[in-house]
Amino acid sequence: MSTTTIIKTPKHTLSVLVKHNLNTLSRIIGIFSAKGFELDSVTFASEAEPGMARLTITTRGDERTVEQINKHLHNVVDVLKVTNLTHKKCIERELAIVKVSTAKVGRPEIMLIAQAFKAKVIDITSDKLALEVTGNTDKVDAMIEVLRPYGIIAMSRTGSIALKREFQGAVNIN
Amino acid sequence: MSLKSVKKAAMPDTQTFNGAEILIKTLADLDVDTIFGYPGGAVLPIYDSLFDNHDLKHVLIRHEQAGTHAADGYARATGKPGVVLATSGPGGTNTVTGIATAMMDSIPLVVLTGQVPTSVIGNDAFQEADIVGITRPITKQNYLVRDVNELEDVLREAFHIATNGRPGPVLVDLPKDMLNTTGNYKCNDKVDIPSFKPTLHGHQPQIAKAAKMLSEAKKPLIYVGGGAISGEAWKEVTAFAERLNVPVTTTLMGLGAFPESRPQSLGMLGMHGTWYANMAMTECDVLLAVGARFDDRVTGRLNGFSQKSRKIHIDIDPSCIGKNVDVEIPIVGDVKRVIPAIDKLAKPPEISEWWDTIHSWQKEHPLVVPRGDDKIYPQHMVKMISEVTGGNAIVVTDVGQHQMWAAQHYKFNHPRSWISSGGLGTMGYGFPAAMGAALACPDRDVVCITGDGGFQMSSYELATAVEYKIPVKIALMNNNCLGMVRQWQQLFYKNRTSYSVFGSNNPDFVKMAESYGAVGMRATNPEEMREVLNKAMKIKDAPVLMDFQVVETENCYPMVPSGAALDEMVESDEEANKG
Repeated sequence: MSTTTIIKTPKHTLSVLVKHNLNTLSRIIGIFSAKGFELDSVTFASEAEPGMARLTITTRGDERTVEQINKHLHNVVDVLKVTNLTHKKCIERELAIVKVSTAKVGRPEIMLIAQAFKAKVIDITSDKLALEVTGNTDKVDAMIEVLRPYGIIAMSRTGSIALKREFQGAVNIN
Repeated sequence: MSLKSVKKAAMPDTQTFNGAEILIKTLADLDVDTIFGYPGGAVLPIYDSLFDNHDLKHVLIRHEQAGTHAADGYARATGKPGVVLATSGPGGTNTVTGIATAMMDSIPLVVLTGQVPTSVIGNDAFQEADIVGITRPITKQNYLVRDVNELEDVLREAFHIATNGRPGPVLVDLPKDMLNTTGNYKCNDKVDIPSFKPTLHGHQPQIAKAAKMLSEAKKPLIYVGGGAISGEAWKEVTAFAERLNVPVTTTLMGLGAFPESRPQSLGMLGMHGTWYANMAMTECDVLLAVGARFDDRVTGRLNGFSQKSRKIHIDIDPSCIGKNVDVEIPIVGDVKRVIPAIDKLAKPPEISEWWDTIHSWQKEHPLVVPRGDDKIYPQHMVKMISEVTGGNAIVVTDVGQHQMWAAQHYKFNHPRSWISSGGLGTMGYGFPAAMGAALACPDRDVVCITGDGGFQMSSYELATAVEYKIPVKIALMNNNCLGMVRQWQQLFYKNRTSYSVFGSNNPDFVKMAESYGAVGMRATNPEEMREVLNKAMKIKDAPVLMDFQVVETENCYPMVPSGAALDEMVESDEEANKG
């Protein structure tokens, strides 16, 4: 039986372009703790442009809360741009490494599951497998839930990274 | 060699100095005339540069917290950023309360702190504290300057950020070795921060909608906050409200933005606001909020707050809009620009019935000033100060009952004349802030209305005030207790006055003043009070402490009990106890 709780508060993905310095990163994280906003995941890395970095933040809350988060992020001096990707067409990826026990059912069954999720086997020992999976957060969540009954020994997730798709319109079939 | 090239060789574009000298030069470029500071190991290079500098006035305060409050008072009185200089470690941490006070009230401050040399940062060196980390949530921006060649630009950026958009404190941390290193001084006054461009002009269609809504209102109300002071929009707000003949209420921070002598003024609203201002807020049909943030002390219980009104909110900080209260017409912009734009389009609404209602409220529920022949009522004390100073003084307060009475009973007719810690409610703020205001405005009377609790939190600054001959008039409302705490204990904790009464354990304040070389006077009845005040106002070269022994049991009304709606005010102890 799955133990996943269904989270009703809508999820939001924010992409934040900032000047690359740790003070800015701390300020942004500080807003979430000081104002009591939710923070599901955060990724931070250099941008293509030198001296700049991008944060991808996944958070939860109603529209009003997310609007406040947006405004508070804008108020940080070193934040250049905040894009809410939630209602936009976007490319979202997350990477996870999952170590799972093969003791109960043996290797082939686990490898079959891996195959279904297009996950790669990246480490094998006598009673464990390490799998690498990429996809949107829902896909990663799904694979983890399928593997959970077999015994997940450890896992590491990157959190979402996302960019807006260039093509935002609908395809004209005619 | 031509004359031109000789000149160029003598005056190159970029000159080299050590960090401390670059700091002093840049402060002079930025028109800083006064800094409040305290020396210590990490800032010795700066103090060495100050030793023979006579352009920059350095005021040696006695504690860095008081120095920060003094810089804050200087900023509130002038609109210019206040500047503080403190050493590393405890010097920096002592500024924290002052920085948080300025942050909550949107006051421009630049706090300069020394730091241990870059080579030992993180090693728990002597007097090391991560002041950038500590002050991150209470500054608008802060910096650690490791490279002396970045110092000038960072300082210019710091002043730009502190004073533009919604003002606030900025801290710059200066490692000692950086201050000793030689670097470039470019005298480059251009500041361009692509990520910091506050919205100044309101969105025109929203402005048009707001003007229409106001013109058609039957019961409009203008609610003015501190944004009208920091945005220097008092003239625009006054002209607008007078032309439209619409009632105006101000928040604690907005006192002075609209003259209380005008018939449109309803005084202050909120927890200790006037009866009629709070009723007008409850009953109005269109509410125009001008640089105010719907603070909980203003709104009372949110689901009982101004339920009948359609709301327009002008603020330069978008995060203030829709934070506590939903608004129909948000306008992000500078009030000084947005108000005239609305003024251009709005017609005076037909509201004579609304005025009749308000006038009857004013008649039935005026602010009460009890008077006695042989005792001083605190309200009477404020009233008399207001009369003696003609309503023209800069009034600075601490926090508590005296603060609310001062806000209620002093007739504020001028902007930048009410200086009080509104958001953070910092006791100990009043006296040092009054010193800062008095140094900034030597031609004005500065009265610090304080209490026996708050004053004792920074009374040591009497030494500074005497040294620099700062003629602050300290009007000590002495009730031998923490009045507001006691009032809440009486009303909400069954009169169990736990640790709020000093009684006879207070010092002799007159002797205390005298021991510092200040003037001390005492009054126990209204006649003495008038004499003492008249004498004090004539003293121009020393601080004066007036120990006014007031009726100890008096409480501050009207009051919106915490958790109640604005129209659920109580006006007396009897009424409060009934509730």
